[in-house]
Amino acid sequence: MGCDIDLEVEDGEILSMEGAGCIQGEDYAREEYRNPTRVLPTTVRVKGGVLPYVPVKTAEPIPKGELEAAVEELATVEVEAPIELGDVIVEDIRGTGVAIVATRDLPAAEEEPVAAD
Amino acid sequence: MTESRQAVTGDLDAMRREEHDLVVVGGGPAGLGAAQAAYDEGVDDIVILERDFELGGILQQCVHPGFGLEYFEEELTGPEYAQQFIENVAERGVDIRLDTMVLEVTHDRTVYAVNDEDGVTEIDAEKVILAMGCRERTRDALDIPGSRPAGIFTAGTAQRLINMEGKLPGEKAVILGSGDVGLIMARHMHLEGAEVEAVLEIMPYTGGITRNVVQCLEDFDIPLRTQQTITEIHGNDRVEGVTVQEVDEDFEPIPGTEYEIECDTVLLSVGLIPENELSVDAGVELHSVTGGPIVDETRETNVEDIYACGNVLHVHDVVDWVTEESMIAGRSAARSLQDRVETREEPIEIESTGKLRYVVPDRISTVDPDREEIPLYMRVHAPMEDVFVTLSSGGEELTRTFERRAEPGEMVTLNVDSDTLAELPEPRLELDVVQREEA
Repeated sequence: MGCDIDLEVEDGEILSMEGAGCIQGEDYAREEYRNPTRVLPTTVRVKGGVLPYVPVKTAEPIPKGELEAAVEELATVEVEAPIELGDVIVEDIRGTGVAIVATRDLPAAEEEPVAAD
Repeated sequence: MTESRQAVTGDLDAMRREEHDLVVVGGGPAGLGAAQAAYDEGVDDIVILERDFELGGILQQCVHPGFGLEYFEEELTGPEYAQQFIENVAERGVDIRLDTMVLEVTHDRTVYAVNDEDGVTEIDAEKVILAMGCRERTRDALDIPGSRPAGIFTAGTAQRLINMEGKLPGEKAVILGSGDVGLIMARHMHLEGAEVEAVLEIMPYTGGITRNVVQCLEDFDIPLRTQQTITEIHGNDRVEGVTVQEVDEDFEPIPGTEYEIECDTVLLSVGLIPENELSVDAGVELHSVTGGPIVDETRETNVEDIYACGNVLHVHDVVDWVTEESMIAGRSAARSLQDRVETREEPIEIESTGKLRYVVPDRISTVDPDREEIPLYMRVHAPMEDVFVTLSSGGEELTRTFERRAEPGEMVTLNVDSDTLAELPEPRLELDVVQREEA
């Protein structure tokens, strides 16, 4: 899986590329050089769910430099169960224009959890 | 009084008894894939027994993307991948029992399971598919000296705490082991606000895939230190730090190379072991290298009518291959239930030699006209570049496939087509890896 790609770069311009096994690899290498982006996976707080957190992700990759600030912003978010996979949790994270979406169904807890005796 | 007497003597007549065509032990990706494939092959009396409160297994805590690239041809997170299969089995009306622990599977396929609602249930199953997955090696397996303070977790436990329970296991962590789980947890701990001081790896190379090294460590300047290990853990109530040492080729710590890292948490990501207690009790024979059952190409074990698939069989790198394999098991169990399996007069033994650590399956024992090819999964001992995986029989090379890179952390697959099997010089297949220059 994956391949090692070598880029020859001068003054910020990619002159040549070697080692890519397919066109996706070339595109990836170009993007990884110019503007590396990542899908951010994390979790947000849930009220009244079968679990206290629901996994979420950015619907599209966002610039790598925004990852940490995005996590901080999401630490302040709380949603209410039930949640369905694909539900938009935050419409535009960090002004990137990218939404944060839930990555699973999370049913509401049928009854309030009872503290152990 | 009467009640407690009953409990002690075990009132067997009160036990709930059932009969089913197929019982699947475990509701993770392997169990779900097997149940789905068996149903689609025409079996509708299927029960999945799962000890957790929901289906999906470990995928539910793997909230990072990277799943499904082969099976769905898109990149999903663990829960997204799981949900697809959970919906699939629900649509098919598979009987799903949650919060249900399997206590025993016997060699004649009686399955004992217990839950709050039914008590103990005895299920007489025509076929059993074992899909219990694997668990992580712990500190015990490594014999790391030092005190026994709080703050030492397996990486997977930390993952569950963070992603499902919302608890950060510590503030300053050292991670031992650079397999994919360790790498992903380094990124996760970092993003959740903990400092990750280092990822230590005893081998000269990482056990994880390159993408994870880049996206989990390099992105956040987390150092990866190879050929180093923890030689002591300090702290009384809570971890206060670790002593790290470089190791030589025999993995022995080199005197004089010691240094200390201050931390309150140690995450261990030092390998996965197939979880086969139930299998062994059922009389299933295990492979000395994989730690999982020895199976034929249908994933049937040495115990007739008991199958195994997924990480209980051998640890897979990506869930997509778990799905592929579990579907083989589910389909095979279904065809066998329907008497559609033709056994070979003599099974074809499959052997891995030389630079290969193991191959699954161990033998090919059936003929199946609907099956065009049989995938063989194998692993190499050490990283290699520009190699051919060769398939021979009786010293005669039948086929070879080129691999630009073969690493212990990345399973190699070779598909044997049915035509090749029809005309073997000997009823055995040998697999090896040769360097391109030597070939």
